[in-house]
Amino acid sequence: MSEEEKIGVYICHCGHNIAGTVDVEGVAEWAKSLPNVTVSKDYKFMCSSLGQELIEEDIAEQGLSRVVVAACSPHMHEPTFRGACSRAGLNPYLFEMANIREHASWVHQDDGEAATEKAKSIVSGAVSRARELEPLEPFRAPIDETTLVVGGGIAGINTALEIANAGYKVILVEREPSIGGHMAQFDKTFPTLDCSACILTPKMFDVGNHPNIELMTYSEVEQVDGYVGNFTVRIRKKARMIDVDLCTGCGDCWERCPAKVVDTVYEAGLGYRTAVYRPFPQAVPKYPVIDTESCIYFKNGRCRACEKFCPTDAIKFDQEDEIIVTSVGNIVLATGYDLFDSRRLPQYGYGRLANVFTSLEFERMTNASGPTDGKVLLRDGVTEPKSVAILHCIGSRDKNTNDYCSAICCMAALKFAHLVKEKTDAEVYNFYIDMRTAPKDYETFYNRLMQEGTHFIRGRAAEVTDAARKPEEVGKLIVQAEDTLIGKQRRIPVDMVILMAGMQPRHDSQEVSHRFGIGCSDAGFFNESHPKLDPIATMNAGIFIAGVCQGPKDIPASVSQGAAAASRVLSLIGKGEVEIEPVRAHIDEDRCSGCRICNNLCPYNAIDFLEDLAVSRVNPALCKGCGTCVAACPSQVIDGQHYTFNSIMSQIEGLLWDVRPNGEEKVTFQKTEPV
Amino acid sequence: MGDKPKLAIYWASSCGGCEIAILAIHEKILDVADYFDFIFCPCILDFKRSDIEALEDGEIAVTLFNGAIRTDENLEMAELLRRKSQVLVAFGSCATEGCAPGLANFNDREQMMNFIYKDAPTVVNPEGIIPLEAIQVAEGELELPGFWNTVKTLDQVVPVEYYLPGCPPEAKWIEALVEAVMAGELPPPGTVVGMDVTVCDECPREREEKKISHFYRPYEIIPDPDKCLLDQGLFCAGIATRAGCGALCPSVNMGCRGCYGPNEGVIDGGAKLISALASVLDANSPEEIDKILDTLPDPAGYFYRFGLAHSMLHRTRLEMENGQKMAAQIKETPRLDPKLKD
Repeated sequence: MSEEEKIGVYICHCGHNIAGTVDVEGVAEWAKSLPNVTVSKDYKFMCSSLGQELIEEDIAEQGLSRVVVAACSPHMHEPTFRGACSRAGLNPYLFEMANIREHASWVHQDDGEAATEKAKSIVSGAVSRARELEPLEPFRAPIDETTLVVGGGIAGINTALEIANAGYKVILVEREPSIGGHMAQFDKTFPTLDCSACILTPKMFDVGNHPNIELMTYSEVEQVDGYVGNFTVRIRKKARMIDVDLCTGCGDCWERCPAKVVDTVYEAGLGYRTAVYRPFPQAVPKYPVIDTESCIYFKNGRCRACEKFCPTDAIKFDQEDEIIVTSVGNIVLATGYDLFDSRRLPQYGYGRLANVFTSLEFERMTNASGPTDGKVLLRDGVTEPKSVAILHCIGSRDKNTNDYCSAICCMAALKFAHLVKEKTDAEVYNFYIDMRTAPKDYETFYNRLMQEGTHFIRGRAAEVTDAARKPEEVGKLIVQAEDTLIGKQRRIPVDMVILMAGMQPRHDSQEVSHRFGIGCSDAGFFNESHPKLDPIATMNAGIFIAGVCQGPKDIPASVSQGAAAASRVLSLIGKGEVEIEPVRAHIDEDRCSGCRICNNLCPYNAIDFLEDLAVSRVNPALCKGCGTCVAACPSQVIDGQHYTFNSIMSQIEGLLWDVRPNGEEKVTFQKTEPV
Repeated sequence: MGDKPKLAIYWASSCGGCEIAILAIHEKILDVADYFDFIFCPCILDFKRSDIEALEDGEIAVTLFNGAIRTDENLEMAELLRRKSQVLVAFGSCATEGCAPGLANFNDREQMMNFIYKDAPTVVNPEGIIPLEAIQVAEGELELPGFWNTVKTLDQVVPVEYYLPGCPPEAKWIEALVEAVMAGELPPPGTVVGMDVTVCDECPREREEKKISHFYRPYEIIPDPDKCLLDQGLFCAGIATRAGCGALCPSVNMGCRGCYGPNEGVIDGGAKLISALASVLDANSPEEIDKILDTLPDPAGYFYRFGLAHSMLHRTRLEMENGQKMAAQIKETPRLDPKLKD
């Protein structure tokens, strides 16, 4: 069969990207000598409409049965050229892409000759593989119209509202007892100094009351199965110990609760909460939860004060976690971030020197409903600072911790400087590396701060110490830094230090990425499908990401991503069905010996062992075609469609066209002379 | 001699077990003797090479050729019998895949000669005499067939019609082949006479999802008689070995050695074993992987016990760029065999 194939080969110049290094005309001319190649051409931009038409015409006029385009990566343009084949009536899975840009021209820019030889090998491999390709038809599956949004911060809230407002059901799952996320902790937002709560709480209220949104707080997604349009998710609703049908949120329980603990989540460690608590007054939902680890009754069996005083008998100490299994069509992850732990940089004294605060502590301090009622005070709770140092880039842009820029800290630091000035008479010193105030109106805010008299010292602070060297330093915190603009070391004595702690991926982001089958960077931020053109989608179709879980960003950017994710979901729902790549593993059941090697390898749980037949079977709807089982099968009866054993071996033989021993026709391991 | 079809049996580099295996077809041997004119079998018949050379090309109906090809004589006989036979069968594991002689491909001729004639603990050879291919004596020059660096399989030197794997092949498959020849119902050339599933298919043991955290040597544990040996940590090549033997070894608490070779369509059975076992190691870090693999001594021997000569590996490289012996290097790699260092 494969001898009769007519293969068209197209070598793309990609402007100078490929043609600048690889002799594209030479490769195109050479490719004509490859078996079955009927047409071989080079063209400036194959992905242009003219380039695609070239393929379509040749399919129609020359009767091509296989098409090879040597250009960029399949990730980039495989869909483009599959489309061209499809339009000309050729099954799109008979197209093969050869990447001679990333794999040849870009990595061998200094050696055109070698790059050209390598390009030939890559093309030869693709042609050999193309000969073995088989036509495939994509699966079609309907899309479940319900969407799961994970994370109830501003990004997740916005996604949920956009989708719900369009008339579709949303399940919003939040780990904490209330939605709101980090934004609910802030007092003001930069650069407009809007009241954070004033703009956030109406949205939270809308989520809580929306007929299309099912809100599951104090809950976590434990398991995800399925594929785009048809996911099954398992959600653990942690026991609140409160019957929400009876609870009115009156507050009698937490007012009577004798157990006080430091609130490390909402109050960032700066304030206290009770064991039965509602994180903050505007919490949605309004119901409290009982933190069983601090509750006196759960610790030693006595107390039950809340139960005694609850007017509606809503306290249920015997409540248990509830497991909800439900199906959803799409999933949006908006799981946010953790604050960098400033204790990791002991030179700045956090946790050791009382008046060193983190940025989030300061947010709570300036919040009118926070532990100090919005007053800027030292750790003693009464003294107003006369001087404040704000240290940028704590846990950001630092090879020892996180090398990336957390993007928001410069602006938050400016906001803090303004708030200190507004609320006290203190002098403010900002220690920065570079001031990064790029988005709209941010630079204006920076200019305003400079006019307000904040001192800016260009240099990363080296340390914060209470070891005084001069009389005026006694009893102060001294910030040591090199002022790089004047080239001198400076020691600034202050009363209060604020560390602008960076944004970090959630501590469990790697685990979550595995659970949802998406990629995760080394740092722990979720990987987008394409950094520029597809920052919302992931490599797992039907799973989208929004907000800081994708990378550090501010509120407007998170809101935009939330809306963008909603739009991506809505366009899928609107389409009604999905096409699923037919690249799937298949087990020849007649030849499966039931050794069960493959059984627990599948990352998508797509392989079942059929006890009665003693064979394993791949569920094509769950299979993603990763090939793990194909490689592992010791009897070679699992074949990966589109990546069959023959097509891979042919590709290898094609790649090695110029290294065949003794000029033999084919790579063999059967030399006839004795050695 | 009559007009009966001629049958030849030859042994190249082999142990003689294949000849014995032919007798395991019991009374069927009478039918064979009846049907064929048994003209050549150095093990039991006094016919000479010159008798074969005297035949017309293609005059032998079937030659069952066992043994690997590792000397000039093996090659000459393979070429001669190929020329004289209509059907040439690679009989047994040595001719099919190289078998135990093929393990020599982990070394080269010099290393082997040195070990066998000088360095082996049981050898006393103070003068260091090693066989030579030719030597001058008073009466003239004496010659021995050239001994190769590399062991080859029959189909690596001449075209072969059929393969009968196994060390040795099981009687029922020998019968099946002989009956097919006698009935004139020959399968298409290239056919491996046997099954296209693996030993697990014939193995009565109960299998579970696999997670291996330790490999045991057979003397280290008493295995559960009903459960899969591999599930219990005993190395068993059955997962990657062609069925046909009736799972003989696993039935008697011994892991499959892999003598029936890789399953239909598999180029490199050792690679398949490595890939499959690596997939089910119960490890989360490279250190844990190393720890488990340390419990499997001589992995090269386990994975390629029968198939090295016919695998994609074929042999270790003879020379590295700097002229050093590659095989010697491998000996120094602790990962391949920690014991060899001592």
